[in-house]
Amino acid sequence: MSTKHSKAAERFMNNTEHERWHNETLWQVRAKRDKLAMEIPEWEQLRDLASRIKTHTITNLDRYLTQFAERAEANGAIIHWAKDANDHNEIVYDILRKRDVKKLVKSKSMLTEECKMNEYLMDKGIDVIESDLGERVLQLIHKQPSHIVMPAIHLQKEEIGKIFENELYTEKGNNNPVYLVHAARENLRKEFLSADAAMTGANFGVATSGDIVICTNEGNADMGTSFPKLHIVSMGIEKLIPDYKSLSIFIRLLARSATGQPITTYTSHYRKPRKGNEMHIVLVDNGRSDILKNEDHVQTLKCIRCGACMNTCPVYRRIGGYSYTYFIPGPIGINLGMLESPRKYADNLSACSLCYSCNNICPVKIDLADQIYKWRQSLDSLDEADRAKKLVSYAMKFLFRHPTLYNVVLKIAPIVNKMPRSLIYNSFNDWGKGRELPVFAEESFTRMWKKGKVKKHE
Amino acid sequence: MKVGLFIPCYVNAIYPEVGIATYKLLDYLGADVNYPVRQTCCGQPMANAGFEQMVVDLAKHFDDLFSGYDYIVSPSSSCVSFVKKKYSLIMQNEGYPCQTSGKTHDVCEFLHDVLKVDKLPGKFPHKVSIHNSCHGVRELHLSSASELNIPRHSKIKNLLSTIEGIEILEPDKIDECCGFGGMFSIEEQAVSVRMGYDKLKNHLATGAEYITGADSSCLMHMQGIAERERLPVKFLHVVQILTAGL
Repeated sequence: MSTKHSKAAERFMNNTEHERWHNETLWQVRAKRDKLAMEIPEWEQLRDLASRIKTHTITNLDRYLTQFAERAEANGAIIHWAKDANDHNEIVYDILRKRDVKKLVKSKSMLTEECKMNEYLMDKGIDVIESDLGERVLQLIHKQPSHIVMPAIHLQKEEIGKIFENELYTEKGNNNPVYLVHAARENLRKEFLSADAAMTGANFGVATSGDIVICTNEGNADMGTSFPKLHIVSMGIEKLIPDYKSLSIFIRLLARSATGQPITTYTSHYRKPRKGNEMHIVLVDNGRSDILKNEDHVQTLKCIRCGACMNTCPVYRRIGGYSYTYFIPGPIGINLGMLESPRKYADNLSACSLCYSCNNICPVKIDLADQIYKWRQSLDSLDEADRAKKLVSYAMKFLFRHPTLYNVVLKIAPIVNKMPRSLIYNSFNDWGKGRELPVFAEESFTRMWKKGKVKKHE
Repeated sequence: MKVGLFIPCYVNAIYPEVGIATYKLLDYLGADVNYPVRQTCCGQPMANAGFEQMVVDLAKHFDDLFSGYDYIVSPSSSCVSFVKKKYSLIMQNEGYPCQTSGKTHDVCEFLHDVLKVDKLPGKFPHKVSIHNSCHGVRELHLSSASELNIPRHSKIKNLLSTIEGIEILEPDKIDECCGFGGMFSIEEQAVSVRMGYDKLKNHLATGAEYITGADSSCLMHMQGIAERERLPVKFLHVVQILTAGL
């Protein structure tokens, strides 16, 4: 039994030292989150409110979208509607082409990853510059994020030093983080100053005001949007919240859940373009309205992309984001991948021990583990069920439906205890690769009960 | 009080002594305990692997065997949580009302909440590290989950505290998964073993001689790794410690 995921996971863990470091680094983020969450007496109430507000918003999405679009347009922004990724990319390209943009500087956005926008625009000759530090590092080596909030978390400073040596011509062997950050800043500064347009994602869209709210730690979104005359916001339609009162709840939850900070360094509010400038907002569906119809999985639309489920996931921490076949890893990624294409991304379903920690940590209370359990139930009908697993399940079902046979098997099972080791520990025995087998009792409980060894029968 | 003893398949085959300890405790505390001998498995392994449909007959069989009891008690928190959380839905979809899910209890939960045990005879002068199993913690609330900001409690700790001489410890990353997870343990064997190994290290760092918990399946997985790695630690289900003086 194995999946693409389990094989990739094994490869990642072959470097034991790196795996341990990755695991501990992410656990530290979880620990920071715990510390802050425990300092707020009303934490669970906040989660509950956030969950209800999101449920309310997505179930009244038509109304809130109309309101948001009207307000944003009244403020002077230009609204675009994209039904899918391709639509989104074409709209963005069209805006850029008409204004003769050669260089686009952007802040972090998982939606543009989802739409594969960078590749699309670069093919058309537009220079796209990632300005989030982690994203920038990855762009230099043409890699994708391995985590949705800390995209380059899988890289240690020595590796980043090496990348900068090759790409930014920094001093050989200098891995000093301060030095490396300065090098990145110097490199990015030129890009900021020479960009013709800026793109940002959106953490929240406030329906009553038409505002876009972006949370960053590096100030790169603000830096990017400060120089060019054009600002494009790329935003999924599920990012809406009703009003500023509800925003206050999400702001308290987001950074605490994501990185264990009380609040991100910058919480930037964009309402309208500066005089003479343009602000465009591209509202993207790309399958989201289909999820709305999907009762079992509609809760994924509540996600605020904090990444807390990754930091707590005992599987993710040990195997890194690249072990998953979908571009978003961890519990939320397993589910979002299945929503995009069950056939393509079913392998990720094995990456869960059903420990339910993600359900508890999620600031908007998405039932992540329950959804993974539900997806597993659909594998057989999709013809994606692992054959060996199915066979074992059938055999177990047969055995357990026949109590007499079950008891016969219990009686003869201890034979296994005495079998030669070489017969039992072989390449087919996945249990035995890293563990000893348990020892079968000479007498099962049932047999002892029947013999009167447990309860002294009157 | 009529109590039906539910002894999960792997406890039946591998840890009958855990079943015996459960019986002893309940009997000592005055319950009228019986063991329906035609019981087999709750079906969780198949359902978690994606074959919930195969469990329908097992759920009906379980319901037939146990519906006549006031309580159904079992020494395996994960199997209990499966009966409690999933049986109603599985049977409802097939048009059968489930009569057992509401009255099925993990033995620790039963001792703590129903029988309200606060005194037991016996001594266990050893250092013991509690293994907080995921389903016991996050589905049955045997202790407060570390992710949640709720008042801290641990039913297992309370129960063990009734035993004289015991030194109760808990590992760092107090309720992190040990990596068993049913078929997860073979489908993702490498991750599963690493998780188990890490968990063992955290237990051992407490200086404990024993690891104890409400779920023998987690203990079985960790025991397999401890034996392979020759780590010096012993494993006992909570009820085996609670029966020290019986």
